[in-house]
Amino acid sequence: MPGPFIEDAQIEHARKLAEEIVNPIFDLIRRNTTVSTERTVLRFFGISGAGARGVPLANLMVDKLKAAGVLNKGAAYWYGRALHLGAKSPLEAVERLTALPTDKLGPLSPEQEQNLREEVRAEARAAMDDLKSRVAQRNALREQFPMSPAPHKYVIVATGNIYDDVDQARAAAQAGADVIAVIRSTAQSLLDYVPHGATTEGYGGTYATQENFRIMREALDEESRKLKRYIQLTNYSSGLCMSEIAFCAAYEKLDMLLNDAMYGILFRDINMRRTFIDQYFSRRICALAGIIINTGEDNYITTADAYDAAHTVIASQFINECFAKRAGLKDWQLGIGHSYEIDPYRDDTLLLELSQAMLVRRCFPDAPLKYMPPTKHKETDIFFSHAYDVMADLVAIWTRQGIQLLGMMTEAMHTPLLADRYVALKSASYIHRAARGIDEEFTVREDGKIANRAREVFGKAMQLLQECRDEGMVAAIGKGHFGDVKRSETGGKGLDGVLEKAPDYFNPFLELLEAT
Amino acid sequence: MVKPSKQIIRPYGDRRDDGVVQLSFTLPVPLSEKAKEAAAVFTKKMGFSDVKVAAAERAADNYTFFVVYARSSVALDYAEIDVPEVIVKKMSFDDLNAFIKEKVGRRIVVFGACTGTDTHTVGIDAILNMKGYAGDYGLERYPWFEAYNLGSQVPNEELIKKAMAKNADAILVSQVVTQRDVHKDNSRQFIEVAKAAGIHGKVQLLLGGPRVDHKLALELGFDAGFGPGTKPSDVANYIAHALLKKMGKEPQDMHYQGEPK
Repeated sequence: MPGPFIEDAQIEHARKLAEEIVNPIFDLIRRNTTVSTERTVLRFFGISGAGARGVPLANLMVDKLKAAGVLNKGAAYWYGRALHLGAKSPLEAVERLTALPTDKLGPLSPEQEQNLREEVRAEARAAMDDLKSRVAQRNALREQFPMSPAPHKYVIVATGNIYDDVDQARAAAQAGADVIAVIRSTAQSLLDYVPHGATTEGYGGTYATQENFRIMREALDEESRKLKRYIQLTNYSSGLCMSEIAFCAAYEKLDMLLNDAMYGILFRDINMRRTFIDQYFSRRICALAGIIINTGEDNYITTADAYDAAHTVIASQFINECFAKRAGLKDWQLGIGHSYEIDPYRDDTLLLELSQAMLVRRCFPDAPLKYMPPTKHKETDIFFSHAYDVMADLVAIWTRQGIQLLGMMTEAMHTPLLADRYVALKSASYIHRAARGIDEEFTVREDGKIANRAREVFGKAMQLLQECRDEGMVAAIGKGHFGDVKRSETGGKGLDGVLEKAPDYFNPFLELLEAT
Repeated sequence: MVKPSKQIIRPYGDRRDDGVVQLSFTLPVPLSEKAKEAAAVFTKKMGFSDVKVAAAERAADNYTFFVVYARSSVALDYAEIDVPEVIVKKMSFDDLNAFIKEKVGRRIVVFGACTGTDTHTVGIDAILNMKGYAGDYGLERYPWFEAYNLGSQVPNEELIKKAMAKNADAILVSQVVTQRDVHKDNSRQFIEVAKAAGIHGKVQLLLGGPRVDHKLALELGFDAGFGPGTKPSDVANYIAHALLKKMGKEPQDMHYQGEPK
């Protein structure tokens, strides 16, 4: 461990501030549900198909319940009522149910209500057991074929066709990749549904769909067996459907998800309330499924300046950690995000980057951490860019990053060519091999540039946390403290999908997830 | 005009006119002696001689990555390369502001956004935001520009509507994602909307992005295109000169440093 730099008591204080910041948001989370949360409940019950014109059944059902004004009792409750109507399919039942006049939608007798909930709970337990057994299958494969030591080398495939992505992912795994990220179509974050089926003509990536997840995981399972080394798969649980994607990913045995408590608010202008509620349920699912989340603080310093805004990364990491812990995630599941993004034409940037990465390691000693490569200052001179990436490789091994997204020398030009990934993997393997243990050989002087910079950044992060605590998270985001982006509580997309829960709201999956 | 005398050049590796070129590429075959020979044959077919396959690496089971050095006998007459001469030097931040104040006499209004489904604001932020890019201030910082950055995933219609409401002099469209030419489709749609709104040919319409160049932008119906490496000051200078040309205060054939080509 490269340094204390900061006293333990100060770090504890930062955690306490984060908790006080997050607490009021949990009142909101407890009182409300969202359309996407309710769709997730239906997906848990196996409603993963699509109806006419590809509209997911979960959407059809939730939209009908919302239009009838009864969704606030919980989709699980109506699922139970629908089954009692004896329809051939759940969709048909909900159609009949919602076609009934409102007075027929009233409560049943207390005994019937009780029985209905017990029946639905039993079904929910069975669904949960099914999910757990799938997760156990994944874990067994992981044990059979252990992963390479960290930092796990993470590369991206982004052809827009899931079958081409499979070819590239296999090639990347053969070249030494440990984690494959399938880039998601950029437009998906604002879709209020999860598309259905395999993507063969995506723009800027493929959709995060359950079928795409299945296709890629199946290929990587095969590749893992062949290489005798488990290859992890990740995708994006972000946007308007965080928890639905988390469910699909858990069911299809993914290993990681990009999942941030605030990213959608800041960078996709998704409503704050919607995001806070959705992130909670999505993280509960990740906690159960042993999925490692990757937070998105690296994004702050691609918009704001990496040197000036370094403290916002640290402050946000404490907040993200707190949200995650409150959702049941364990330290080993926290791929806390940060990146190597300081302008390379400044002086001392290797020292500054080391300082920042060491500070993150110091604050989150038991989390895997997710390290991102330079992007903003990448040049079309690929030889320079390659050298620039190699420095990030060095910082990653020096600060024991758990997950390292490898920089691509053609970052400033196009999605990586097959050979770009190969070259990046070859040199990262070399640097990791060459410098493993370097942190134990060199102690960092407490009165030097690295330690002083770490203290300065941490001090500013504490100030920011204090401000967020005093003014509230909503006001802090409103002032543009994170990523230089300003958002309001009632602005952004998706607020109409937030509903206050009825007093007898029913969600057996949330009950089960919170009980584990 | 006197035709300049010939100036024959070839790539310079280690000696003048040796014609040495470095190449790297991947072939979809497993690494083998046959694969190496295939790389050499491929390079020769491109017209190179003295082919040296410097590296042949197993990039994956069925892919081999090559680094090849070879000589080209192609030569060209540098004197015949026709690129408009630089006449006006690019102005610094202060000089450009003073220049706009004097020549235009009002603030130049600029709107920008990453439109369509593209969510990547890195390009438009670099050009418009206060901070700028690589130490070069963004347009928001220029007192004589009034710059509005609408962010990402902005519908083309909305960008044009908002720009028209403020009588914008220039509209910047950034397109980062280029998969399956989505940037071209969206850019064409932007031009259609601009035509329908009657601002095409009146308001400066600029396109920017890592896979954009001036030629492509012109083909798509824009007034100019800015590719990778563009600095905010390049765009600022361009907009100021283009506006003055439109106002009839600068000759149409005037050229200056940093203009898109």
